[in-house]
Amino acid sequence: MIVAGCDIGSLTAKAVIFKDGEMLSSHLMKVRSRPDEAAVEVMNEALSKANLTLKDVVYSVGTGYGRKRIPFADETFSEIVCHGKGAHWVLPSVRTVIDVGGQDAKAIRLDAGGNVVKYEYNDKCASGTGRFLEIMADALEIELEEMGDLSLKSDAPVRISSQCVVFAETEVISLVNGGKEIRDVVSGLHKAMAGRIASLVRGIGMLEKEVMMAGGVAKNKGIRSAMEDVLGVELAAVKCDPQLNGAIGAALLAGEAAGKKQPAG
Amino acid sequence: MIVAGCDVGSLTAKAVILGDDRVLAVRIGKVKSRPEISAREIMEEALKDAGLRMKDIECSIGTGYGGKQVPFAGEAVSEIACHARGALWLLPSVRTVIDIGGQDCKVMKLDRDGRIVRFATNDKCAAGTGRFMEVMARVLNVGLDELGDLSGRAKKQLNLASTCTVWAQAEVIQKINEGERVEDIGGAVNNAMANRIVILANTVGVENDVCMTGGVSKNKGVVKGLERLLDIRVKKLRLDPQAVGALGAAVIAGERRKGGGEQ
Repeated sequence: MIVAGCDIGSLTAKAVIFKDGEMLSSHLMKVRSRPDEAAVEVMNEALSKANLTLKDVVYSVGTGYGRKRIPFADETFSEIVCHGKGAHWVLPSVRTVIDVGGQDAKAIRLDAGGNVVKYEYNDKCASGTGRFLEIMADALEIELEEMGDLSLKSDAPVRISSQCVVFAETEVISLVNGGKEIRDVVSGLHKAMAGRIASLVRGIGMLEKEVMMAGGVAKNKGIRSAMEDVLGVELAAVKCDPQLNGAIGAALLAGEAAGKKQPAG
Repeated sequence: MIVAGCDVGSLTAKAVILGDDRVLAVRIGKVKSRPEISAREIMEEALKDAGLRMKDIECSIGTGYGGKQVPFAGEAVSEIACHARGALWLLPSVRTVIDIGGQDCKVMKLDRDGRIVRFATNDKCAAGTGRFMEVMARVLNVGLDELGDLSGRAKKQLNLASTCTVWAQAEVIQKINEGERVEDIGGAVNNAMANRIVILANTVGVENDVCMTGGVSKNKGVVKGLERLLDIRVKKLRLDPQAVGALGAAVIAGERRKGGGEQ
C-alpha cells in the first residue's frame, strides 16, 4: 500500500513516499512561487523516483505552512503532530524534537510512543528562525550553506548583543567594519540564535534522552554545536535528512489513515 | 544664565541652548561617524545661532544613546529623565510622555509634581521603534517624512498581521505585488506602528495630558492612530518634538547650576 506525505514550508517543499511502513523515495525543492504548484511538482518528483504516479497513492497527508493549498492531500495535520510522528519513526528513543524552519521554530516533547506531550512554538519573531540566518548571510555576503563550516573554524566567537534580527543586522555590519573576522561573527550569531531556540526548549522541559533537531537549520553544523553547548546535551545523529522529518510524519499518518480505511492484506 | 543640553541619538544629534529659562537655539542634525563629533558639531551650530561661544555655557548635560560621549557635558543624564523634564517644561500639565526614537520607544508617566512614577521601554525589538518606519519607508520607496501623510490619503483599510519588522516587511512587499496602493499600505504601516506603541503605553497606563516626543511623533498617521486607539488627544508642543530630550537636558543643567531639582 502506497501512501505519501507532503510538507509545504515557507521556503521548501518536501514529499516522501512510503510503502508498508518503509520509505521508498523522497524529494525536496525550493518553493518558487505558488504553494499548490510546488506541492504537485515535489510530489511528482518523489513519485517518479519510485516509478509511481499519483494514482498509485492510496492516501496522502499534507502539512506545513502551505498545507491547506496541497491539491491532492486527503487530509492535513499540524506540523507539530507530523514532526512528532516523523521524529519517533526516525529515532524511536527521541523525546525532544527541535524543529527550526525558514520562518518558525518549535520544541516538541514526546512520550515513549511518539505522542506529543507538550510544545512551544515561535512564528511571531524572526529571531530564532531560519530567516535570522538568511538575513545575516546576506548582510555578511556569504552563502547560507557555508555558515556552519565557517563558524566551526572560529576560536573567538563575538558576542552579539541584539536579539532582534533588524538590530542584529546593523550590529553585524558594524562588527565586520570594525575588523572582526567573519567566522567569529558567524559563530557569535549561532550562539545568539541557539540561545533564542533554547528558551523554547526550556519551555517544554527538555528530556535529555534523546534530543534531535529537524528542519533545514538542523543541517547547519555551527547551530548544532551551539545548541549542544547551550543545552548541555549531545544531539542525536539521525539516519535521514532532518528537513524531511515533517513529511515523513505526514506519510506515517497517511499510512495509519489508509490502514483504517482499507485494512492491509 | 546660559545652559545647554545635547542629545546624541542613534540617527540624529540635537542641541538646545537656554538663556534664563528661554530657548535661545535649537539644532537637529544627522549623526556623524562618532558621537563626540556629532555632539560638538551640533552644539557649535546651536551656539552660532545664539551668537554664543562654548565658554559662555555655564553648565551642559548630555543624553541619548551617545550621551556619555558628549565631550563638553559635565554629566550624562538618562533619556527617560530628559524627555520627561523637557516635556514638562513645555507642557506643565503633561502626565504621559511617549517618546519614539530611531531604535527605541519609551512611555513615561508623571505625577502632578512632574516626577516619573512609571515607565516602560522597548529597545529589544525593532517593531514599535523608528527603525520599523525606516524599513517600511524603504520598501514602499517613500521618504520617511512622507510616510505619515499616506494615512490621510488612504482609501482602503489594510492590515498588517505581523508584529515582527522582518515579517511585516515581507507582508508589505506582498501587498505591493498584489497591486495595493502605496497610500493604503502606508496607512496600514502607520496603524501597525501605533498598535505596537499602544501595547507598551498600556503597560504604564495612559493619563491626560499626553504628549509625544522623538522623530516618529512628526508622523501624522501614527499620531492619529494612537489618538484613536487610546481615545486621547496628543497635545502639540511648541518646540520640535525631536529636540525635547535635549531641551530636558538643558533644563536639568539649569537646575544643577542653581544647585537643586534632582531628577
